[in-house]
Amino acid sequence: MPDKRYVMDSKGLERALVRIAHEIIEKNKGIEDIVILGIPTRGVYLARRLNDILKTAEGFEIPVGSLDATLYRDDIGFKEEQPILKETNIPVSIDNKKVIIVDDVFFTGRTIRAAMNVIMDFGRPASIQLAVLVDRGHRELPIRPDYVGKNIPTSMQEDVKVHLVETDGVEEVLVEEK
Amino acid sequence: MKLNRKDILSIEDLTKEEIELVLKTAESFKEVSERDIKKVPTLRGKTIINLFYEPSTRTRTSFEIAAKRMSADAINISASSSSVVKGETLKDTAKNLEAMNPDCIVLRHSFSGAPHILAGLVKCSVINAGDGCHEHPSQALLDMLTVKEKLGRIEGLKIAIIGDILHSRVARSNIYGFTKLGAEVRAAGLPTMMPCRIEQMGCRVFYNMEDAIKDSDVIMMLRIQLERQNAALFPTVREYSKLFGLDSKKLEMAKKDVIILHPGPINRGVEISSDVADGRSSLILDQVTNGVAVRMALFYLLLGREL
Repeated sequence: MPDKRYVMDSKGLERALVRIAHEIIEKNKGIEDIVILGIPTRGVYLARRLNDILKTAEGFEIPVGSLDATLYRDDIGFKEEQPILKETNIPVSIDNKKVIIVDDVFFTGRTIRAAMNVIMDFGRPASIQLAVLVDRGHRELPIRPDYVGKNIPTSMQEDVKVHLVETDGVEEVLVEEK
Repeated sequence: MKLNRKDILSIEDLTKEEIELVLKTAESFKEVSERDIKKVPTLRGKTIINLFYEPSTRTRTSFEIAAKRMSADAINISASSSSVVKGETLKDTAKNLEAMNPDCIVLRHSFSGAPHILAGLVKCSVINAGDGCHEHPSQALLDMLTVKEKLGRIEGLKIAIIGDILHSRVARSNIYGFTKLGAEVRAAGLPTMMPCRIEQMGCRVFYNMEDAIKDSDVIMMLRIQLERQNAALFPTVREYSKLFGLDSKKLEMAKKDVIILHPGPINRGVEISSDVADGRSSLILDQVTNGVAVRMALFYLLLGREL
């Protein structure tokens, strides 16, 4: 039986998202000109939930899309198997918009580097910000998130699993031995 | 699931799962071609050679655009302007091209089996872009993608392929592909156009067009290869057109929501009338759009991996 520890339940997850949403409003002085792009798979659901919270707080909806950075990854060809492509759907022009990337777990920073390059090929945003549910450490690039749900220091022998109702049927964050 | 092979030589070789992986990957690639900047850096530094021993507009351009949208370097060689006219053999051409370290060679050749020979000669990937009367795998994949996209599934559909099945590599690849994905394939044409033992490929044979298209979901018209007409498959083009050409009158006998495919180039007024080719049931240009996505997917799945 591999070692497991639960670090967030559904309440904790909800609170973290509410706090991130309010930090977004505070930092950007409102939510005008904001576009939220989730990294598939779970980042997209987190992005939608953030949008719901922002809508309740500010009274209007902002564009939400998905951004698959697979084709811009730096490890294409280093693995036996090609990663499966997922959906990219950027619903509006991102020129002069404040783009917020949303992902579930922030690890090496390489996915976010790839995601930023995708965004730059789609247009010229006013700024790019990063919101993550979990920051597990082990950065390999000089990138840091603007909004963090929870910092969870981990070892390289551990895996962080985020489970959401939409994809896994349960709401939890747990750390497992690999 | 992975595409664990060096070459794409035929649909007959591919498993159902591999075909589905290519189609799924291609669906994602369609979006790249709709961007303002239609280019992703995935295959930067890879070299792809399009080696075409037969004339082609669609297929060659499609492979070239697919390679370029993936940031690979694409080089086109057509036999008429190469050392082939000086008498160089395929083997020597292959070995010389290989000496320049390409990552993939896309080959179209008038001899069935030429890509298989090439694949055995070179270390890089080989994609068959049509070989003689054998197969044209990327065409069948884009046809399957077009049908799946439009009708939402392939399993259980009835696909009528009409024309010169004997000489058609498109038909052969599609019979294998659609059958593997669970569709019923019907081949229709004159008896002179049917390969022997075609039933063993898993399709039903019709010698009457109406019976073949009556309750079909897809009608795929094949080009009458007028350049082959010394083969004397039928008395006159006009007679063929009357029996097996698709016009609005024959279309009335088909399902209302039938979709029509044609691999191109079309002979207007021969196998398909202009009003049908340009009509709302026709997906001929969607096929071309999907061709780029399918070829991007093939490059991605074959070349990303270190061999």
